[in-house]
Amino acid sequence: MLDDFMVRAALAGLGVALAAAPLGCFVVWRRMAYFGDATAHAAILGVAISLALSISVLACVLTVSIVMALTVSTLSGRGYAMDTLLGVLAHSALAVGLVAVSFVSGVRIDLMAYLFGDILAVRPYDLAIIWSGAVLVLILIGWRWSALLTATLNQDLAYAAGVDPKREQLVLIVALAIVVAVAIKVVGVLLIAAMLIVPAATARPFSRTPEALAVIAGLIGGLASLAGLLAAYRFNTPTGPTIVSVAAVLFLLSTLVSALRVAQK
Amino acid sequence: MNLVEISDLSLRLGGNTVLHNIDFEICPGEIVTIVGPNGSGKSTLLRVIVGALQPASGRVDRRDRLRIGYVPQRLHIDATLPMTVKRFLGLPRRVGRDKVRVALEQAGVPDLGERQMTGLSGGQFQRVLLARALLDHPDLLILDEAAQGLDQPGTARFYRQIEDVRRSFGCAVLMVSHDLHVVMSASDRVICLNGHICCQGEPEQVASAPEYRALFGEGTEGALALYRHHHGHRHDHLCDDTGERPEAAQ
Repeated sequence: MLDDFMVRAALAGLGVALAAAPLGCFVVWRRMAYFGDATAHAAILGVAISLALSISVLACVLTVSIVMALTVSTLSGRGYAMDTLLGVLAHSALAVGLVAVSFVSGVRIDLMAYLFGDILAVRPYDLAIIWSGAVLVLILIGWRWSALLTATLNQDLAYAAGVDPKREQLVLIVALAIVVAVAIKVVGVLLIAAMLIVPAATARPFSRTPEALAVIAGLIGGLASLAGLLAAYRFNTPTGPTIVSVAAVLFLLSTLVSALRVAQK
Repeated sequence: MNLVEISDLSLRLGGNTVLHNIDFEICPGEIVTIVGPNGSGKSTLLRVIVGALQPASGRVDRRDRLRIGYVPQRLHIDATLPMTVKRFLGLPRRVGRDKVRVALEQAGVPDLGERQMTGLSGGQFQRVLLARALLDHPDLLILDEAAQGLDQPGTARFYRQIEDVRRSFGCAVLMVSHDLHVVMSASDRVICLNGHICCQGEPEQVASAPEYRALFGEGTEGALALYRHHHGHRHDHLCDDTGERPEAAQ
């Protein structure tokens, strides 16, 4: 069954959607959208380093993403204008990464595959990595879920309840780096943030509790992945962007439905 | 033993010394109120006690396994975060349905369990925060201007509830408040803070202390209409005493 590239692609898309959904909820609730972008964009620098040193892409991307996320979260506590700082870091990381890749001589790589993903080229080995990463992220977020929620609501409230918000932030950073590392093959660095944010935003009108939102976001992400994959196959469009486009359409529908519901009341 | 003991604490935030020479303790069952002008470090001191801020120097000792119930000054819940009252009460530790029901009844909002947090009125929201703080049967209840935004009857009801809570739970209460008249009459001890502890003692002592009057003026005397008795106590706390103390408020 895994011999079929479409099956492998579908499984890869589902894996990423499942891991991205609960994490994406926190990215939305904590207003970390740009943070996710900066971390994802830094991954291209990881790709350049791995090519230059001929070491594993996964390890390099993980490391660079974690370093980037740590940098951002350290600086954020020091009174810099966060929005500007993230804008600077996110785009510089991408630009420097692209320049660095061009310096790596002797290797011709398909840069587009890293920028926009290449889900149809997922090998069984990649699939194992993606699902290991996804399961790891789900376990991590599931284990820290209540503590993360408390820290998201209010830092002082968390301290009073014996939860250290800094440690929970670290949990999110590690989870984010893992998702970036496994999603790079599926949607590419430019669109990873979309897989985090769009399903969670789409699920919001249909959720009464944080848990419901995470589950619905997972379903929506999975649906977007599968539908996007089929659409890309049918219309011969780039797969990563098609998946994100489908997610965007779902978001539009959800917004319309919730607007109608409000109007009916 | 005291629930919290702070000795010779100082704390800097963004290059400014916000608190200095703070010695503070709170005993089980005591109601202590911190008053002081804006920027005097009231909320900062609470955040130190909660553990959210680390002092630059000095010691903060909490009793072993101290349970703190904390009601923050403001709690903004992002519109993207769906949260029922019931779920909110179960953070970070899930609690049973019965416990939730009892807590909401105690807080005077029995029917709100299924409502969204963002859809509550100001008064309901504060009561739910109080209910959550009480779920764990805290040894120390900390309120940071918890009645902010409530109208006058609402405020009075809220503080009456705090007294009920103290009576039924036996927990100590530490609060910051601007509602001088309510707070002063309900407290066992008042601490007047302005970067350092200017003066402290029973409400009527503090209200007549020159340091307190220097900060709040004479106009607050009416706040102490309840206290008409004189007392001969002369306090010599950390601040520089400016000689003759005026008579207690009449």
